[in-house]
Parts: sequence; structure tokens; C-alpha cells
Amino acid sequence: MENSELALMSNKIRQDIIKSIHKAGSGHPGGSLSITDILTYLYFEEMLINPFNPNDLLRDRFVLSKGHAAPALYSVLANRGYFKPGELQNLRKLGGFLQGHPEMKHTPGVDMSTGSLGQGISAAVGMALSFKLDNKENRVYTILGDGELEEGQVWEATMFAGNNHLDNLVIIVDNNNLQIDGTIQDVNSPYPIEEKFKSFRCNVIEIDGHCFTSIRNAFKQARQNKGVPTVVIANTVKGKGVSFMEDQLSWHGTAPNDQQLSLAIQELQEEALLWQK
Amino acid sequence: MAKIATRESYGQALVSLGHEAKNVVVLDADLSVATKTCLFRKEFPKRHINCGIAEANMIGVAAGLSTTGKIPFVSTFAMFAAGRAYEQIRNSVAYPHLNVKIAATHAGISVGPDGATHQCNEDIALMRTIPGMVVINPADDIEAKAAVKAAYEYEGPVYLRFSRLPSPIINTEGYQFQIGKGVLLKEGTDITIIATGLMVFIALEVSHLLELQGINARVINFHTLKPLDHHMLQESIEKTKCIFTLEEHSIIGGLGSAVLESMNPNNMCPVHRIGIEDSFGESGDAEELFEKYGLSSNKIYEKILNLL
Repeated sequence: MENSELALMSNKIRQDIIKSIHKAGSGHPGGSLSITDILTYLYFEEMLINPFNPNDLLRDRFVLSKGHAAPALYSVLANRGYFKPGELQNLRKLGGFLQGHPEMKHTPGVDMSTGSLGQGISAAVGMALSFKLDNKENRVYTILGDGELEEGQVWEATMFAGNNHLDNLVIIVDNNNLQIDGTIQDVNSPYPIEEKFKSFRCNVIEIDGHCFTSIRNAFKQARQNKGVPTVVIANTVKGKGVSFMEDQLSWHGTAPNDQQLSLAIQELQEEALLWQK
Repeated sequence: MAKIATRESYGQALVSLGHEAKNVVVLDADLSVATKTCLFRKEFPKRHINCGIAEANMIGVAAGLSTTGKIPFVSTFAMFAAGRAYEQIRNSVAYPHLNVKIAATHAGISVGPDGATHQCNEDIALMRTIPGMVVINPADDIEAKAAVKAAYEYEGPVYLRFSRLPSPIINTEGYQFQIGKGVLLKEGTDITIIATGLMVFIALEVSHLLELQGINARVINFHTLKPLDHHMLQESIEKTKCIFTLEEHSIIGGLGSAVLESMNPNNMCPVHRIGIEDSFGESGDAEELFEKYGLSSNKIYEKILNLL
């Protein structure tokens, strides 16, 4: 896909994220919008997947370690054809399969149940290890929040991935600089992170997480990298795409009301017109 | 009577399993010599994954491996599996009901000289509360090996509890093990003694002592703590007037609690729980600790006589 097509899809997915969280009445828009461009690129361009057979053994795997960004994953999966977009209306609803945090047993396309921070990366590491043990070509991608890096398990997993030469693994850090209680620096900064990942024997690439050219180049470079895992530090903006949500802590875990919903959708629709031209 | 530690039986059973099942992988956290997964490593070095001293990650890696069709047996001490990695077991393994076998060794106070930090008397309680988790605490070598095989054949998460202390072999070759099915070791008419793990042999010793006093005890081995053999429990309530539960575990949340939870309100009997009484252990030889914490056959015999 061309960058403009990716941008248009990403825009559509952002609208679905906002609508589904509004309908649910709760959820995490900020961290969903910050990973939308990367997630769109992964599912529409980068990963080898089969939406018609979500359990295809040949598929690449994706683990949303920052599970609270589930609305982004669900909106991508719906737009990619894993399930009917109408299901997004049932986000967080009793009886629906779109749980507040990803659940692999009932949601087509979800490769791992996540939500408790720090745990998804370990599962991704296990998948990558399995493919290495069997000399398979499958690749594994996982997205972590920058706040999530405060979990010690992340570094246990990274140490293990480096030591086991898992070059089929790409760890993406959604570096939006905000967590529930404040900025990363205010709460408990894991920075500098580039040096940390390098010292754990990772190939580190820093990019603008909203620029499709940068995203494309990073994943290309990750494929060429041999012997160690790749870490993509994606500098992002929390709430990206909706002006009043951008870089605002208050939008970490709050659903938009009716008025905020129409403002957000209107803004995104205007942006879409620009991409369509 | 021949003695062997169930951790040793576990290591040996893994080797047999490794030969027949190519999808079995074994994970350890730098304790392979103690957990006996070193036996598997020697035979299948490529399928033995040392995760280092990082148990939380090890459980997650096992979860990831299982999503691709591997059957991981994950080993460390009970304290660091059920204790330290409790939440990883709950959320990454049990919530998606993944086919991961958590094989914890060095459970209970029989760990001995290492002391309280390494003596996990709470693991059965912790694991039992997790939905869908099977919890097995084998009594001897034969049962431990059979349990490993059964855990492999069962699809879903299983917690296996093994001991450091060599224990007498009470079962015989040809023994049939079934998850969730209690084993009646001795019929009796007065009381029922239900035991698990290392306490099964002690239950048999106690029953002999009681016999000399004219007390006829029914002895049952509940190797599976979850699911509990409700049927065999009901049978005991009907056949004898009270139940004594014996476990090398806290009396809070273990076998005794499981038995009480399983009681039918319309068919109950007194239950006396014998185990670790809400306390930490300490350093000492296993035998000395069993004596001090009231788990030796003499101490239990006296306790039962007093209670009757």
C-alpha cells in the first residue's frame, strides 16, 4: 500500500476506535491512537497473515503487550476482515467477544491474551523461540508502552531474547511519554531506553511512529538484521489524530461523550478528505 | 522400603516423555540440578531452555511456546513458581487455558535446611484458586511418574507438586493413575484419613498405630487437589464418623479446605485438618521439622487419639 492509502486506513481505524470507546462508555483512547499508524502498517503491509484463517500456522504473530490499547487492535482486525466491523459496537459489553483487554480464545485474530503489563512481551519471546527451535520463518511482533518498561519482567524478557538471538522478534515501544499518573519522568523513568535495549544485545531503531516512511524503513531494516532482536522505539503522540486528545494525560482512560465524539469524528473526516485528494 | 524423591521421579519421567513426544520442551530457572530437569537436558539439550533466574519471564515464555503447539513443562521451586510467578500463571497461562505444565519441586517444609524462604506451604492454596487449573501432589515415585504422563495427556494447565525429600514407594507397578480420582489404600469403619503427597505414607503408618488401639481407619490418597474426588469423599462420610486430612501445606487453602468446600450440606461430618498451622517453617532436617510442626506419624497419632 502507498503511504497515502495507509494514512487513509489509519484514519478510518481511528474513527472506529473513538466510536467503539464512546459506545462502550469506557476504555483507553490515548494509547490506542498513539499506536494506530504502526498497527495499521503491521496488519496491512508488514505481517504475513490470513484473516480468513486466523489460526493459520504459517502466520506471523502479534502480541499487544500494552493490552489496554485493545480498541486499536480490534479496529484494525475488523477493518482487515477478521470479524464484522459491527462487532466493534459490542466492545466491553457483556456477552461480546471484545473484552476490555485482548482475549485470544474468543476473538479471531488475537494471538495472545494480554492486559497485565510486562507479560505480553514474554509470550512473544516464547513464540519467537518456538519458531527458532523449529527453523520456521514466522516473525513475531509485540507493542509495549513506554510506561510498561517500568515492569521488571520486560527486562527479563529482553535479556532472554538477546541471549537467545531471536532476530525473528520485533519489540516496538510506543514512546508517547505519558502514563496514568503523569509523564514518564514524573512517575519512574526507565530512560535512557535506547542504551538499555542495546546493552541487552538488541538492534535499536528510533523512528517517528506516525510517519509511514519511517515505519516502513524500520521494519525493512528489522528483517535484514540478523542474530539479535530488533527494538523499534516509536516516538508517538498520545491521542494522535484528535486535536483535543493529543498529548493530554486525561485521555489515557476516558471515553468521549456525545459532543466530544462528534468533534473527533468531524476532525478525522476532514483529515481523511485531505488524504483522498 | 525403597525411597526416592518425587523430583527425581519427575526428571526421569521427563526423559521417557521426551523420547515419545517431540513437542515436549522443558524450561528451568537455573535450578535444573535441583529440579532434576538436568536429566532431560542431558538427553535433549535443544529442547531444554534455561531461562535463568527470571521466573516471571519463564512462565510467559512457556505460554508463548504453548500457543505454537509445544507442550512446555516449566520447573523451579514451588515458592518461585506458585509464589513469585502467581500472576503470570493466572493471566498468561490459565486465563487463555494454555497447555502449560508447571512442575514445581521443593514444596513444603520437607525442603529442610534452606529454611522458611524456600519452604512453600501455600502453593496448593494459590493454584487451587485459579479457574481451570488442575492441581496434583503425588505421593511416591510411581505416582509421580504416572502424574507426569497424565499431565502431558491432559489438554490445559496443570500444577504438579514434587518434593525434595526421598519418600517410600507405596504404590506398585501397574498402578492406574487418573486425574481427579482418589485412591483407596485401606478400608476402615471408624475414621477416614485423607492424605496427599508425602503425607500419604505417614497416613498409612498412623493407621497401623491406630489399629493397635482398636481404631479402624479408612485411608485415602487424594493426589489430585483439584478437581477433588467428590464421590470418594461422600463415600467416606457415609462409611466413617469423621475425617482427618493430612497435608504438608498450610491448613488454610489446601487439602483440608478443599475437603470442607466439597462437603454436601445435607451430608456432612466433622473434618479435622492436620497440616502447617498458619506459620512459616525454619531450618532443620525434614524429619526434625515434621516432628516440630506436628506432621510426624507419632504426633499425628497422638493428635487423633486426643480428638477422638
